[in-house]
Amino acid sequence: MSAATPVPAPGAEPQIHLRPGPGPCDGDERIARLIRRQGRQGDGLIEVLHQVQEIHGYLPKPALLQVARALRLPLSRVYGVASFYHLFRLQAPATHRCAVCLGTACFVRGGGRLAAGLQRRLGLALNQTRDDGTWALEQLSCIGACGQAPVLVLDGVLFSAPLLDQPKALDCWLTSLGLPAGVETR
Amino acid sequence: MVALPPCERPRLRCCAASGCRSAGARPLLAALRAAAAAGGTAPDGIAAGDQAADDISAGASAAPEPLEVRSVGCLRLCGEGPLVAWDGPEGTRLFGGLAPAAAAALVDQVRGLASLPLAADPALVSHQLDLEQPFFRLQRPLVLEGCGIVDPERIEAALAHGSYAQLRRVLHELSPEAVREQVRRSGLRGRGGGGYPTGLKWDTVALQPPGRRYVVCNADEGDPGAFMDRSVLEGDPHRLLEGMAIAAYAVGADHGYLYVRAEYPLAIERLRLALQQARQQGLLGPSIAGTAFALELEVRVGAGAYVCGEETALLHSIQGQRGIPRTRPPYPAQAGLWGAPTLINNVETFAAVPVILRQGGDWYAAIGSEGSRGTKVFSLSGAIRHTGLVEVPMGISLRTVVETMGGGDPDGGAVKAVQTGGPSGGCIPADLLDTPVDFESLLSLGSMMGSGGMVVIGQGTAMPEVARHFMAFSVNESCGKCVPCRAGTVQLLALLDRFVEQRATAADLEALEALCAMVKATSLCGLGQAAPNPVLSTLRHFRQEYTAALGPGS
Repeated sequence: MSAATPVPAPGAEPQIHLRPGPGPCDGDERIARLIRRQGRQGDGLIEVLHQVQEIHGYLPKPALLQVARALRLPLSRVYGVASFYHLFRLQAPATHRCAVCLGTACFVRGGGRLAAGLQRRLGLALNQTRDDGTWALEQLSCIGACGQAPVLVLDGVLFSAPLLDQPKALDCWLTSLGLPAGVETR
Repeated sequence: MVALPPCERPRLRCCAASGCRSAGARPLLAALRAAAAAGGTAPDGIAAGDQAADDISAGASAAPEPLEVRSVGCLRLCGEGPLVAWDGPEGTRLFGGLAPAAAAALVDQVRGLASLPLAADPALVSHQLDLEQPFFRLQRPLVLEGCGIVDPERIEAALAHGSYAQLRRVLHELSPEAVREQVRRSGLRGRGGGGYPTGLKWDTVALQPPGRRYVVCNADEGDPGAFMDRSVLEGDPHRLLEGMAIAAYAVGADHGYLYVRAEYPLAIERLRLALQQARQQGLLGPSIAGTAFALELEVRVGAGAYVCGEETALLHSIQGQRGIPRTRPPYPAQAGLWGAPTLINNVETFAAVPVILRQGGDWYAAIGSEGSRGTKVFSLSGAIRHTGLVEVPMGISLRTVVETMGGGDPDGGAVKAVQTGGPSGGCIPADLLDTPVDFESLLSLGSMMGSGGMVVIGQGTAMPEVARHFMAFSVNESCGKCVPCRAGTVQLLALLDRFVEQRATAADLEALEALCAMVKATSLCGLGQAAPNPVLSTLRHFRQEYTAALGPGS
């Protein structure tokens, strides 16, 4: 980070001194706009972070700085919130995300075996992303689709997994979903 | 309600809630609507049934009466989704697992254009579900009265079904004290798991010194295996808003929040739409229903933290902070949001309020059992034949719910245990299934009512593994503020690993029990205090599985 003096947002109270992020961070007009729309209320921080994540796919550091400045909150508070909640990502997400549910109903119906099958197939541990950023394997704890258990969410689409006791059939099914097979990159 | 009285003009109701959506409800709904618009025949791109095309086009040219295809909330039997109900002169028929390709065949049947009778229609017959089975027959819908009937995206439908009638009546005819009196008399207890008497909580808030008050709906349904609140939010959001508005009037609040977990995008979308519609109709906002009562409600979306279901953590989260609990007292009813008295109730609690006002507190209190009045919604899942949502009178036996209604183990085996109360609850063994479902009975067995998730465990699942599953959840969800929960759950998980991997010693068993007692006694909030429950309850009812896991060295 550079040591230049931060440029306060128009009308900002000067008492909070944040170190500036890389140059264009305050210039993200989309973030500035959504914070204006939200009314610059500190208690709306979580809502703001949700929207920032919608724009970027994750919460880049410059964006967190911009949010802190615009809401007149210490960066520690913004970062604290961003890192506390599971759904906020501080790293860019993988191109494809496969999330397996390990809620109780899925667990009882063989979600563990499904997770193990996915780990083998993608060559990833749970909550791990491939180095090339193409695939991530995540775990969820209940998304309320217990009637379809066990389930996985592939790039935002929910699927109910059949035939867990037949590894070959399960593999065929995963192939039909477009999951790469037999990957050795570990 | 799923089965409706016979009606002259036929109608289709297609469940478009999350559960059925994940089973393919959206393309099915589109195909049904297309088939209905086309007079029975499906347009290009959607495979029609293999009926004679001539018959169908003849039907279309006769311009049949428009057929209503309604998008509704949960039709209960989620495991057979997507579900479609056909209401007609002969009552309701229910179909499960229809593919979009079967839509035309169903519409033909509804219109009486099919060449085969329903019982011989190959596209439909194997999909028809028995509405007389105990799963449906033993339900007592109060909270879910409108769920599955009204279109949750149209306030007109909710109004026609009676929503907001009690709010209007209450505002014009009853004092806040009179409203609280009815809720007290109903014996309603908090449906989020704690079971605190709702009337008492409302009184506590109402009787605080004058000043601002808030009302908050806890819709952070985080227990794995629980989807009751989601079904209310997605299936009948106006009932919840009405209940919340009545509560706000009863305690003197003019501002409120609905805190919904981000994992429920459809619920959030429908709730926001419902709020907007209610404002347009003058049922929220300034001077509601022509009275001086004003109420602003806002949706706040969580961000994936189980601990935010704990009320003080939830309040922090609404204020844009980390979801970290604090010590009580003061209770939120005394000092909650921004220090003001705050009423926090669960979705199901608020949704029970309109029916209590409509029928009277005494009427409601006559349902259920001593100490646990009214009905409770449960979500049945796991190793069970009929997965879905049931609303039953309190005091019904677990066996009735799990075996009679739920149909028992899908493979015909015996049920091993029933898990209630999520990560804070415990496992009840099969030989205690005759226990009545009420707050006290479940507590006495080392479990708890919880929010209503009921996960059935089959013979193939080892109980130490179940305990480890929940402990891993608690480790992941501990907020980290207090040491017993942050470090204790990690140590408990490591001990449980030893049992699952069959390398535990007698000393491990002792340590496990001692640590459970310590974490339970010394944690700051409910999450940590209840985290040992799955271990303690399985130790109590399935101890032999732990002792059998002791390694040879012990």
